Amino acid sequence: MTEKNPRTLLYLDGVSVSFDGFKALNSLSFVVEPGELRAIIGPNGAGKTTMMDIITGKTRPDEGEVFFKGDIDLTKRDEAEIAQLGIGRKFQKPTVFENHTVWDNLELALNRGRGVFATLFYRLTGEDKRRIEEILATVRLTARRDDLAAGLSHGQKQWLEIGMLLAQEPELLLVDEPVAGMTDAETAETAILLKDIAKTRSVVVVEHDMGFIRDLGVKVTCLAEGSVLAEGSIDFVSNDPKVIENYLGR
Amino acid sequence: MITSFLVKSLDRTIAVAVAILLLLAVIVPALNLLTAPDHPLHVPTYMVSLFGKYLTYALLALALDLVWGFCGILSLGHAAFFALGGYAMGMYLMRQIGARGSYGNPLLPDFMVFLNWKELPWFWYGFDMFWFAALMVILVPGLVAFVFGWFAFRSRVNGVYLSIITQAMTYALLLAFFRNDMGFGGNNGLTDFKDILGFNIQADGTRAALFAASALALAGSLVVTSGIVGSKFGKVLVALRDAESRTRFLGYRVEHMKLFAFTVSAMMAGIAGALYVPQVGIINPGEFAPANSIEVVIWTAVGGRGTLIGPIVGAILVNGGKSIFTAAFPEFWLFALGGLFVLVTLFLPKGVVGTAQHHLARRRQARAAARKEDEQTDLEDAKPMAAE
Repeated sequence: MTEKNPRTLLYLDGVSVSFDGFKALNSLSFVVEPGELRAIIGPNGAGKTTMMDIITGKTRPDEGEVFFKGDIDLTKRDEAEIAQLGIGRKFQKPTVFENHTVWDNLELALNRGRGVFATLFYRLTGEDKRRIEEILATVRLTARRDDLAAGLSHGQKQWLEIGMLLAQEPELLLVDEPVAGMTDAETAETAILLKDIAKTRSVVVVEHDMGFIRDLGVKVTCLAEGSVLAEGSIDFVSNDPKVIENYLGR
Repeated sequence: MITSFLVKSLDRTIAVAVAILLLLAVIVPALNLLTAPDHPLHVPTYMVSLFGKYLTYALLALALDLVWGFCGILSLGHAAFFALGGYAMGMYLMRQIGARGSYGNPLLPDFMVFLNWKELPWFWYGFDMFWFAALMVILVPGLVAFVFGWFAFRSRVNGVYLSIITQAMTYALLLAFFRNDMGFGGNNGLTDFKDILGFNIQADGTRAALFAASALALAGSLVVTSGIVGSKFGKVLVALRDAESRTRFLGYRVEHMKLFAFTVSAMMAGIAGALYVPQVGIINPGEFAPANSIEVVIWTAVGGRGTLIGPIVGAILVNGGKSIFTAAFPEFWLFALGGLFVLVTLFLPKGVVGTAQHHLARRRQARAAARKEDEQTDLEDAKPMAAE
């Protein structure tokens, strides 16, 4: 099993969970270091999304340990608390608040007081305004700031959601299939954006698009049937006979 | 902090609506009290009470809009909070009767004497004081909503399941208040009121004052809800209505947000009920009937949910229609109400006010676009002139 390192940002050990007898995760162990960009691949049903559900508190594991920043036990906390601790999550299907403007989407995501009264009496400060403008520029949505999110294209929604994650200022970002449905140009730009983001925080990307993962050029973990099959560089993993048999070969 | 909250709440339509309500609060009582009965502008007292009642319905619909329109909680039990506020006011009015009841008991209301009770139940203590009753008008519905919401939202009961348990809640209260042992007058409820704050409840002046109070309460609640909806908290409400789990993953405690909105809404419904009871002169368990809560949903839908003004317009329109319709063709009213709901859902999903606002916004956009084009052609026209 993996050694527990006090510097480790995210630490999963022997995590298992089953739904109606189906073992979605089977004694999964997995470590993310601070500042690391990690890609996760694997066939459908390998447990990629379940793993994210466990890290973000949506699902409780049947057994195993999940620790954040060394000693914060994530299995005992709910989604809101885990988000406030600094774990951001992007869904597979882009989910932005369609009835809010692009600006309001980012304002809501901003890492500020999230209680009832903090939001009731919230006023936009100069600092918050600058931060939102900065993010708008990063995700290239400055021109659309006053438009409703419902009017954005699919790719723009994906980018807005990434912008919202940035506004959350997480230490760990979990990104589920960020380039699904994007054009090749958008995909290449997203790779650049994610690499940029990973300079200041850890990012875990789940993706099917092997070209995109090659673009990222990072350590790859291949999951299958709820546990880690292989881990290493993209060339190492894609030459592993088990990976070829389980995933690439099919 | 509070002032910025209030300033933000006063967007233009809301400001106009508040101004109209304040004007009504002055003009209607004046036309009732200061003009002779044969004057063409005279407003008869029965009309004052009727419209006063509509205003309390409008306040109830506004309260529902806060949770349904902005939070996505379709409460089918909001009339329960209205009735609880009404009962709190009714208990105060009962104790004002004093020795003037049929049995002449100075302490016990008539129904307790009739049931052979010897002393006042503990929960009737304090209701002889207006301030205490007024506090209970807000606290009791607020507390019931808080406890109910605490369990429902924490267990993440959503959508149609939540609607069903709100309906069950009001039905349970209906059955409870029907029982004589509950100590709230059972089947007959509370009635035969004499005075409110020392004024005869039947007098024209008191009726006019109650109308004015209803208009002021509605105006005040409109300012408060508009402030809530316009704040960042309001944006979070809309966000969790549309994408609840996304909101959770941004770090918001969705259950706390819903609980706050639900409790505030129930308190507003309680105030509406408390103003309703002295104007109609009775409160009985029938007010808890599930159908009442469903009617509130129809008013809100007809007016336009999520617009704040819509529910007010809807409540007045539908109830005005009901008053006319039930007088002319009493047996057809329920068909008309059902038909109205179907038609609005099919053809006016945004309701009357929502549809009007939508068209206005489209026209304004088109006009702005046309103006931009004009400016561009002007510029192009100007260019060759400059070149010459």
